[in-house]
Amino acid sequence: MLVVLFLVAAPWWAGRAELRLLGEIYLYLSLACLWNLMAGYAGMVSVGQQAYVGFGGYMLFALTMFVGLPPIAAIGVSAVLAAALAVPIASLIFRLNGAYFAIGTWVIAEVFRLTFAQVNALGGGSGTSLPVSIVKSLASSRSGRESLSYFLAIGAMILVFVSIYFFLRSKRGLALTAIRDNETAASGLGVNIWRTKLEVYVVTAALTAAIGGLIFLQKLRISPDAAFSVNDWTAFVIFIVVIGGIGTLEGPIIGTILFFLLRETLADYGSAYLMILGLVAILVMIKAPRGVWGWIAQKYDIELLPMRYRVQLDK
Amino acid sequence: MDWLNAIVQGVLLGGLYALFASGLSLIFGVMRLVNIAHGDLIVLAAYLALSTTLILGVHPFTAILVVIPLMALIGYVLQRGVLNHTLGDDILPPLLVTFGLSVFLQNALLEGYTADPQKLNVGSLETASVSVGELSIGLLPLSTFVVAIVVIVFLQWIFYHTALGRQFRAVSDNADIAQLMGLSKGHIFGLALALSLVVCGIAGILLGARTSFDPAVGSGRLIFAFEAVIIGGLGNLWGTLIGGIVLGVAQTIGGKINPGWQLLAGHVVFLLILAIRPRGFFPRVEH
Repeated sequence: MLVVLFLVAAPWWAGRAELRLLGEIYLYLSLACLWNLMAGYAGMVSVGQQAYVGFGGYMLFALTMFVGLPPIAAIGVSAVLAAALAVPIASLIFRLNGAYFAIGTWVIAEVFRLTFAQVNALGGGSGTSLPVSIVKSLASSRSGRESLSYFLAIGAMILVFVSIYFFLRSKRGLALTAIRDNETAASGLGVNIWRTKLEVYVVTAALTAAIGGLIFLQKLRISPDAAFSVNDWTAFVIFIVVIGGIGTLEGPIIGTILFFLLRETLADYGSAYLMILGLVAILVMIKAPRGVWGWIAQKYDIELLPMRYRVQLDK
Repeated sequence: MDWLNAIVQGVLLGGLYALFASGLSLIFGVMRLVNIAHGDLIVLAAYLALSTTLILGVHPFTAILVVIPLMALIGYVLQRGVLNHTLGDDILPPLLVTFGLSVFLQNALLEGYTADPQKLNVGSLETASVSVGELSIGLLPLSTFVVAIVVIVFLQWIFYHTALGRQFRAVSDNADIAQLMGLSKGHIFGLALALSLVVCGIAGILLGARTSFDPAVGSGRLIFAFEAVIIGGLGNLWGTLIGGIVLGVAQTIGGKINPGWQLLAGHVVFLLILAIRPRGFFPRVEH
């Protein structure tokens, strides 16, 4: 709690560069929590979440530039649109099982990327920048804008984290873990698998799109390759969750901290750094599939955010 | 005539996609493994061929003699050293490990060969063509298509007419019982990935001869391979060829209408087929 308060107050103690970095960290942590909800709890491994990150980003640009919505409203609307879009998409790709589902999500992301690259009003393949008037409408001063986008990022992270926490503690969350652990048994106990998965997929899509909007509100420039980058919005996120500990709430936090530590120290090495990321992910998955947090939790028998076990005991 | 031409080119392109896909289909059939790094391994093969031609000064098609054993070795070692540790009831570990491998390979290639597009120079074959009526058919695409058919016949023969194929089918049906009967699961899985990467080797060389490539194109090839497999129906190699052809034709026709639609048209047709026939055209009937 104190840590959170300390972080919320960051605009009063941190410099501009730190503020930007922290904002980025929060958004990555949000993406990681959302991906973890799908893969670690609902058993749906997606390598196409960049579809919704990019969609959210592009909708922010389109809705502010052509409809005239204020940026924050545009982000809210784009989340709703993403949810609406996610329903038919889910009904298609839910036909694919396991790993094929994963590649199916990738196809969807490619369709999004290629489609937005065709929209000339949004700059086609080379992308576009957010007009200055819209940027100014957020807050007139530069430092005001920076604080605002910081608050939006930390607010979004808290929203994502808290909603996932309460969702998992609810009856539905229990149903979700039941599905992940044994689909047949869960269905035998009356859990509607398809519906539960659909709900998770749609909610994740909406929140991912909102985060995407915030990411590109920070960047102020968008292009199909940046918006739908599988490296930036999926590979890094998967890395964070796998290293930290998939299927735990604490995992993404640890993973995000480790990821940014690695990035800040190794980023100068470019592709060598990404090679190391790939290797570390492989090693962790083979040697410690529960990630760093799983290893700590097992060794010291602690849980910072107790939920699953207690819920089960109380029943 | 233009349209007929587009269709013929699409069919021939489908041969290349079937080559991408049959390696993916093979290992899924044997060990239910979906290799996310499949496309990057194809690109790796293209680069290995490039290095071989540069170092030994041989024709890319001669380089196949180096690339194929090398790919087979990589496949066997990769399976026994890494992937066998991930196989189990949980689909997450193999998926995430091959994803990590994909990121690793892509950046290793970037480090070793830079991002500059490369091409395998196959000499006069690149431009040679035969005329059929008013159509002019490139010899390279045509031979790629023929190679795809030969590879599929060969894989079918291995699967259904050799001792190795019997072992593949045995571990595929029930790995534990096969193990009780004295087969080494790990070894057979290793051979399966080796065989899959041999096909990747052939596909990589033909890809490099046809178009320029760079370290980032692997994921696109994986997606095409995957679409061909799903369109054709899981576990059916001839279906995979049909799937490749459907995808190839969709792309060339889409590209003919508007060059920006080429890839999009392929994906859209794939999604349509997924909507209408979720199990593909020719799903495996038995075995």
